[in-house]
Amino acid sequence: MSAAAVGGFTALAVCGVTVLLAVVRLVRGPSVADRVVALDLLSAVGVGVMAAWAVAADDAVYLDVALLVALLAFLGTVAFATYAEEGKEGGQ
Amino acid sequence: MTAAALLILGSAFMLLAGVGLIRLPDLFLRMSATAKAATLGASLTVLGAAAHFGDAATAGKGLVIVFFLFLTAPVAAHKIGRAGYRRGAPLYEGTICDEAKGSLPRDESREAPSAPTNVP
Repeated sequence: MSAAAVGGFTALAVCGVTVLLAVVRLVRGPSVADRVVALDLLSAVGVGVMAAWAVAADDAVYLDVALLVALLAFLGTVAFATYAEEGKEGGQ
Repeated sequence: MTAAALLILGSAFMLLAGVGLIRLPDLFLRMSATAKAATLGASLTVLGAAAHFGDAATAGKGLVIVFFLFLTAPVAAHKIGRAGYRRGAPLYEGTICDEAKGSLPRDESREAPSAPTNVP
């Protein structure tokens, strides 16, 4: 196993711990915006996981997945924030 | 070697963002942790992958991802912060300066933690 693959798997393990921390904030809230922030962190970690996996598997095609995850996550975050800002009066 | 170092450094920054998301006291501080540290961490990881493959096509793709992350992360964080502020997310009691006070409508009743809204 090459040094780069070891680095890739180490990065994957660290990203796993980060996902756990983000899920804790996602469950605990307390507000909707806190949960959206946690989802934003999850998507950033998703980009990092895809890049680390591209190195660990030695296959550059996973970087396309990282690009797509970054793009869709931005759209999702903006849509979520717009909905939370303009939502019904006093509604959940 | 460079690739492994960049990957581990990037994932360490993302771990710091996760710790900040847990430990920081209010929405806006948590948002600043994820907007800056997580973006830097993801970008460093992608740059590590680009350095590992080393050809021009992959490096270009990696640079596009980094450019896109740096373009969108501030916009997304600003949208979340604005929505949270307008919904009345509580500020940390040590907050020194609230520059949006008075200029953004703020509806305290929508996120008040002590007043459940789903009781009929």
